[in-house]
Formats: sequence, structure tokens, C-alpha cells
Amino acid sequence: MQVEAYDGPLLEVSDLSVTFRRRGQRDVHAVTGVSFTVEAGEVVGLVGESGCGKSVTALAITGLLPPRGVEVTGSARFAGAELLTMDPKQRRDLRGRDIAMVFQDPISSLNPVVPIGVQVAEVLIRHRHQSRTVAQREAAQLLDRVGIPDPNRRLKEYPHQLSGGMRQRALIAMAIACQPRLLIADEPTTALDVTIQAQILELLKELVRELNTALIMITHDLGVVAGMCDRINVLYAGKVVETAARRPLFAAPHHPYTVGLLNSIPRLDAPRGERLHPIPGSVRDLLPWPEGCAYAPRCTRRVEQCLAGTPELIPAPDGRNYRCVNPDLERAGVPA
Amino acid sequence: MTAEPTQQDPTQHPTQDAVDSGASRGLSTQPRPPGPFGQRRAERIDRLAELAATPPDERGESLTRETFKRLRRSPMAIAGSVVIAIFVVIALVGPLLTPPPAWLSFLPLYGPTAEVGLDQIRPGHIPGNSADHWFGLDHLGRDVLSRMLFGARTTLLVGVVATMIGFTVGAAIGGLAGAANALGGRVGRWLDTTLMRGIDMLLAMPPLLLAFSVAAVLGRSLLAVMIAVGVAAVPFFARLLRGSMIAQAHRDYVLAASSLGVRRPQIVLGHVLPNSLAPVIVQATLTLATAIIEAAGLSFLGLGNPDSRTPEWGTMLAQAQNQLSVRPELAIYPAVAIIITALGFTLLGEAMREALDPKLRR
Amino acid sequence: MSALLEVRDLKVHFPITRGIIFERVIGHVRAVDGVDLTIQAGQTYGLVGESGCGKSTLGRAVLRLTEVTEGSVVFDGIDLTTLTPEQLRVMRQRMQMIFQDPMSSLDPRQNVESILTEGLAAHGIGRNRAERRELISETLDAVGLPRWALSRYPHEFSGGQRQRIGIARALALRPDLIIADEPVSALDVSIQAQVINLLEELQDSLGLTYLVIAHDLAVVRHISDVVGVMYLGALVEEAPSDLLYAEPLHPYTRSLMSAVPIPDPDLEDRRERILLAGDLPSPANPPPGCRFHTRCPWAQPELCPDERPPLQEIRPGHRVACHWVNEIADGRIRPHEVTAELVSATEDTTTAPTLPATPVP
Repeated sequence: MQVEAYDGPLLEVSDLSVTFRRRGQRDVHAVTGVSFTVEAGEVVGLVGESGCGKSVTALAITGLLPPRGVEVTGSARFAGAELLTMDPKQRRDLRGRDIAMVFQDPISSLNPVVPIGVQVAEVLIRHRHQSRTVAQREAAQLLDRVGIPDPNRRLKEYPHQLSGGMRQRALIAMAIACQPRLLIADEPTTALDVTIQAQILELLKELVRELNTALIMITHDLGVVAGMCDRINVLYAGKVVETAARRPLFAAPHHPYTVGLLNSIPRLDAPRGERLHPIPGSVRDLLPWPEGCAYAPRCTRRVEQCLAGTPELIPAPDGRNYRCVNPDLERAGVPA
Repeated sequence: MTAEPTQQDPTQHPTQDAVDSGASRGLSTQPRPPGPFGQRRAERIDRLAELAATPPDERGESLTRETFKRLRRSPMAIAGSVVIAIFVVIALVGPLLTPPPAWLSFLPLYGPTAEVGLDQIRPGHIPGNSADHWFGLDHLGRDVLSRMLFGARTTLLVGVVATMIGFTVGAAIGGLAGAANALGGRVGRWLDTTLMRGIDMLLAMPPLLLAFSVAAVLGRSLLAVMIAVGVAAVPFFARLLRGSMIAQAHRDYVLAASSLGVRRPQIVLGHVLPNSLAPVIVQATLTLATAIIEAAGLSFLGLGNPDSRTPEWGTMLAQAQNQLSVRPELAIYPAVAIIITALGFTLLGEAMREALDPKLRR
Repeated sequence: MSALLEVRDLKVHFPITRGIIFERVIGHVRAVDGVDLTIQAGQTYGLVGESGCGKSTLGRAVLRLTEVTEGSVVFDGIDLTTLTPEQLRVMRQRMQMIFQDPMSSLDPRQNVESILTEGLAAHGIGRNRAERRELISETLDAVGLPRWALSRYPHEFSGGQRQRIGIARALALRPDLIIADEPVSALDVSIQAQVINLLEELQDSLGLTYLVIAHDLAVVRHISDVVGVMYLGALVEEAPSDLLYAEPLHPYTRSLMSAVPIPDPDLEDRRERILLAGDLPSPANPPPGCRFHTRCPWAQPELCPDERPPLQEIRPGHRVACHWVNEIADGRIRPHEVTAELVSATEDTTTAPTLPATPVP
């Protein structure tokens, strides 16, 4: 890992909370006290099901949440600078130049009436103050870099003329245009076919390696993170319930939710005829965190203590943390 | 083919397993982990799961009910409804009060055609409002307030009947075209195309011009105005319902119904049509507003009701233009009344559109 | 075991039309272009492929929810393509469908009772409402929905519960064959397993036959006895599901298999990825010869660009459509670089109105 002049993690999120407040409705605590760090060049996964707060976390870090009706507390320091209280103009400069995002749906992230080339060049003009001609030339190189065939022709095309995979590549080209130090990919392959997904994931891995960009990978797919993330944070109902390096996590998941997720997905390499072990209930059946563990209503290892307030993150060897009072350490292969 | 139930043996029934994995039952059927588990805590968490699973009231909430609930909370809908309610009450009661019955004779109201103040009218002078005539007199010495009250009914009638004509004819054409396109195969698509080209021709004509032509053919009468305004609204209703039906017909639930073996007419009438009507009803509310304005416009242009015994706000506005320099109020009263009424319908229509928008739901 | 469903040389071509009143056909989208498959009674046949490969269209064509251009669909000895609309309607009682999106496949204005009894009423089962209600209460238990669900509306349920309603609707008529089109892909990960298990339980207890259509190879392999892999409107490989994973023979299957992420870091790091170049060609203008040769890392200059390989039985129960299957299996032909060809999405958009929405996974 490359250490830069600033001596500390590239991104340090601590105790981040996001609350949506709407008049006449109950407050929604989308994210409550999320902490994690991202080192330079590291790939960090945020994994969870819909509504677990993984996307909101990313939006809060980048300051893309709507300003009204949302309360963000805690801290998110990027290379030492606090993002949450940063002047909006400064943050806009940072975004796109040092922090870039790739979203799930490339068609709605691209402007439908502006050619791809112009959209990529705009990033360069805005952040690197290049002239139009230089930017156009570099845009072609970028499209070539992300594997878009015949980039000079593609520059003049509109988003609807590209296939889904090509659109996502164009979006990645825009994101890496300024060689950002942090790339946030929010479900970048969910809308794509599996062979195209493999192409895009391979591309992201290459870019991380070549540009030494840190990557936050937000996904619901444990298979995706298994192949590329250095560290993985599993989120449930707006809190990190387990965080570990990828090998220990998959070898010995500690939190019952992580175990449940792993047991509930059919694996391509599993022998046939094995039953899946689904997690009972749905994400709607949750307990508010202050009253206990939000996962308790669905948990098969629930004990009385689960309802005695929010469980703390318990540190374990290998830099692992888990938020559970009754983890199945034996099954996880850890001597108790 | 028999409908013999295949699940007769209760022991083979997968109920228990299915429920265990079921989201709906939450915890109540979960095997409890062994060990100390406080009974009270257990009850608490079970109740929580039940709360999450059981909505508060017994009956399910249909979309229509939910929409009404949302409408009741919308200030726009409330304002619109109040305006419309006042307008409707005036339309119903107005003609009964002009002239007022004996026990209300203290009210300064008169018959709509009674030229009660003719003696006060001189060239270049029309008296303004007074205790006897709250809105003043018109150029023939008739009480303006009385004529406004009486005219409300005609105005409402013109709006409602015109909208109904537009709605009925438009929805019939649009519904037929939509049904034909969605489920009629090749012949259906041809029928749809033919009908819609006809509608396109109507659509290509400016509505006012269309109304003009109809009124010109039928002569000057209130009915002509209604038909003219109604016909002008036909293409909008037809297009809207057809588009809405085609969109609904491509939804999966229509496919599901046909794979269930439901007959096509039943699919169209039971699924496609009811789900397509919402935007058309919204449009009808909005059309009521424009119909009133258009009817007033036609009357203003001299195509309206020539019979001065049944006053109508548009006609009043038209007649007021000769006295504009003498008594501008004569034009202002009916104009403001038309604007407020149209605004009422527009407000309600917009609120309904919002309440029905699936994007804003939940 | 006997064949419940036999599909022979099935073709579904959607015309691309132009014209103001009289439509002129200017081309065809070959959504399904010659598919043969057989499903044994009580079995699960899994159909896997990427979006645009025609798998959903095939599923609908089997039920004749989409008109068949050519070929036959023989269900329990009856050729469905020859039936009159009314005969077909009666026949539908025995074949049901489960949809991908549980929200859009349920009429928002119907309550659950009405959704479940509609099919019964259409086929004249049960004399009155009370009787039909009795009939569906069992179905409700079978899918794990409580009784109070009957009076409620689809929007009041969670995604997993809605899918249970969709399954109950299909079950209410006690069908023999159920076609499930992406039954879990719209659901959360933890809910997917509930629905997969439910489908398996129902098959065990009711003796159902399934045709499961999905883009997720892991799901399809888990649930199916036989898996067919589709590419651009045709089957490229068909095998018992264990065999398919152990020994994929068609180059497309191999690359598809290698692209599926597995939640196991060691395996992910070790295994070889066969990355396909470019995108799926347009089904309105499929490449000549082998449909896959434009993206195939094993493609050869002879045969592949000119001749369409037939689906041949290579091993017992294992059918592959590839000219060089044996040579590739032996390692005599090695994979090579493929330059991505330009596939313009605009061609697809012109066909969009006639093509039923294909679910994007």
C-alpha cells in the first residue's frame, strides 16, 4: 500500500448517521453510527440488502443527499479534510476530481441529449481546466482505456446508442478522467448481464491496480465482493454488523446475518440437492437499534441479551469486528 | 379436466415449512433457541413481529380508498372541493331564490329577467352597487347579483354536459381503440389505427375553431355550445384512455390473467379498463374547468344562448363589453366568477393527479 | 417418467413494421429461432441465458401467450399450436406462469381473494364465492400466507409475500406445469432462498413440473434437474445440472459459468475467467453461421462463420451445439483473442415496440 504525504487513512468515516425527517411522518434512521476506513489503493466492500443504508452512506460521504429534510451527523474525513462540514463549492471541486462515483443505472446517470465524448471531456475541462481540443483527445484515450471499441466514433454517439455495458464503461471513463484517489461504485453491475458484469468487474480491478485508486464497492452480491474486496463491511438496518478482511470473512463469518446471507444464496459450485437455509422474515421485520439488535426478530441464535440495547462492535483477531452477543464461533471454525 | 384438489393428505402438506420460511408469520412459528429466554421479552419480540406483519385495521386498503385518504390531507384538494361545493350549492339554490320565495322576500333578489331598475338607466349612466342591488344593475336595469345566481346553474350545466359528451364519446372511441390494439390481434391493430387517424384529424383542428364550426352548423343555442365544447374535448379523452389502456395491457398482470384462462372481454373490462380510468377521471375534472371557460368564450363570441331569459356567465360577460367604459364591474363580476370556478376544478384535478401518481405513493 | 412437454423446432419471430394505416413488414426479430426441448413430468427444466436471448419469449410461446411463428409445442400429447382460442383457454388450467416482478404481475385493484379466485371462476370451478374461498384457503396455507391476507391488496405486502401471492395464483388451478419466469430476481437476497425453497417444497408435495427461466446460473442450477443454455434465440447446450457444472462443453456456457461470481475468495482468485468480448448481437440481425462465433474465443475460420451447428447429443443426456466441441474438450483448439465487434444499440431500439419487455437481470 502506498503511503502518501498525509499519514493516515484516505477516507475515515466515523459514527456517520443519516436521518430523513419529513413533516407528518416518522423519522427514518437510514444510517446509524457507521464507521469504516479506506486506505489508499484499497478495495472496501459495503454489503447488504436493500434498505440497509449502503447507498445512503455513499451519498452522505459525497454530499449528494438532498440538503433539506436530511440530517447527517458524525464525520467523514478524506485525506484529513472533513467532508461533512466542507464548503459546498470546495466539495464540488473535490467530487469528480478526487472522489468519483459510478452508479447502478448508467442510462439515468448520463445526459441523454449530449454526446458521450462531450460528457467525458466536460469532466476534464471542469476539473483539469483543459482546452476543448485537448480534452476531446484525452476523452478518446479514456474510452479506449475502459475498453470501448472504436473510441473516436463513439465520442460522437449519444447514450441511447450504446449498450448497457458500454454505457457503464463510459460512466467509468468519466469517473476515472481525473485519476481520482477514491472511486465509489454503487451497484455498478446490478443492471448488467453476468458476462458483461464480469467484464466491468475486471475493468474496475485493473483500474484500481494501475491507478492505485481506492474503491468502495457497494453491492448486495457477496460473490462480487469475494472476488475483489480487501475489506468487507456487512450492513444491516443502517449499522455495520460485521467487518473483516475478505478471506477471514468468508472462511469464518461471525455475525448470524452474514452466516444467514451466505447460507441463503445458491452457489454454483455447491453439490446439487442441498437445501438452502433462508433467513426467516423480511428486512421489514426489524427492531429499532436502541431497543436491541435489529436483526434479532429474524435471528435463529437470539438470546435474551439481544434485547438489552444495541450490541457493541466486538473486536476479534485479524482486524475483525462483529456486532453480536451470541455469535456461532464454533461453527465459524473459531475455538471458543 | 377436473379440479380435484391435489393436496388432500394433511401430513404431506408443506404448510409448516412454508410458514417457517414465511415472511408473513414472522416469529410466531419460529423454533425458539434453547436456553434462558425471558418470557416477557419473548412476548415483546413476538408482538413486534406481529405488528410488523399485521396492518392495523381488519380490511385491506384498496387503491381508491388510499387515494381518498391522501386527497383528504391535500390542502389543494380541500380548497378546490370547497370552491366547487360552493359553486354547486349556488347552482342548485340560485334559481330558487331569483325571485326569492315570500318568506325570504327581505333579500334584495329579483327574477333574472325582471327589469326592476330600468327607470334608473340613462344613456352613459348605469348605477353601481347599492343596498337594493348589491352587484348593481345591468344596461337593461336587471339585478346583476340575481342574474349571476341564476346563471350559475346554466354555467355548471354547460360545463358538466360538455364534459360528459367529451368523456363519453372520447372514452368510447379511445376504449374501443385501446381494447382493439391491446388484445385484438391484426384486425384490432388496424381498427385502432383507423380510429386514431380520425381522432388525429380532430386533434389537428384548434378546439375553438372546432367548436365554432359545430356551433355554426347547429345554430345559436345552449345545446350547440355544449356539443361544440364537448366535441372539442373528444380527442383528448380518446387519446388519453387509449394510451393508458395500451400501457396497462402490456403489464404482466394482464398476461397473468390470460394465462389463467380468463376470457378476453373479461380481461379488458375487469382489469385493463379500471386500471386505465384514473388519468381519464383527472382529465375530466380539468376539462370541466376548460369547458366552462370555453363555453364562456363561445358565448362571448356571440355563439351562445341568444335567449336572455336564461342568463349565463359567458353571455353576461359578452353583453358587458358595451358598458365597459361606463360600468366595468359588469364584466368583472362574471369574469371573476368564471375564474374562481375554473380554478376550483383545476385545483381538485391537480390534487387528484398527485394522489393517483404511483411515484408519489407510499 | 414420461415427457410432459415437448417443444419442437419452435420459432417466434416478431415482425418489424412500418406504415401509417397499412403496416408493411420490413424485417423480423428472431427472438426464438429453432428450439427443441423436452421436459419430463415431475422434473425441473432450467432455462438460462442473458437478457435478449429469447428465454422469456420462449416461456411465453410455450403457453401461447405469444403467437408461435413455426414449430410445435406438445403438452401431454396435445399440440398447443393447433388449438382454437377457446380450447387453448380451457387448456390453460393445466399450465400456469409465475412472473418476475410480483408488483406488476398483480392487478393493484384486486384484493388477494379476487386474484386467487379469478382463475377458478374463469374455469367454472366452485359454484359460488364461499366454495371458491374454501378451495383457495388450502393454497394459501401451501404458500405460507395467513388467512387475513385474503381481504388485502398487493401493495400492502412485502416483495417476498407478493411473490407468494403470485405463486398461489398459479397453484390455485392445480396445474401440472408451471413456467416461472425469473421468479426470484426481483427479490432481496435473503428472500430469494425462501421462494426457492417454497418452489421446491411445492414440487415435492404436489408433483409439479417446472420450467424455470432465469439469468442467474447459480439459481437455475440449484433448482433444476436439466439445464438448457440459450444464446440469441437458440439452445447452445443442454445437460443434467451436475454435469453442466462439472463439464461445460460449449464455449458460451464455459464463459457464462466462469463469469458467475462465487462467494469464496480462494476459488475466485484461483479460477480462470473467460471474458467475452463485446455485447450480444441484435436478434433482428443475427450473425450467420454459429450465432456465437463473433464473440467465441475458440472460433475457427472454417465452419463457424458459415454453418449453424445443430444441437447434438455428445454424451448421454448432454447436448451441445458446437462444431468443434470435441476438439475444444480435448484441448486441441486453444482459445484466442477476440476483438469486440461494434453492436449498435439503435438497432434494438427500433424493434422495441414489437418486442415484449425482456427482463433486465
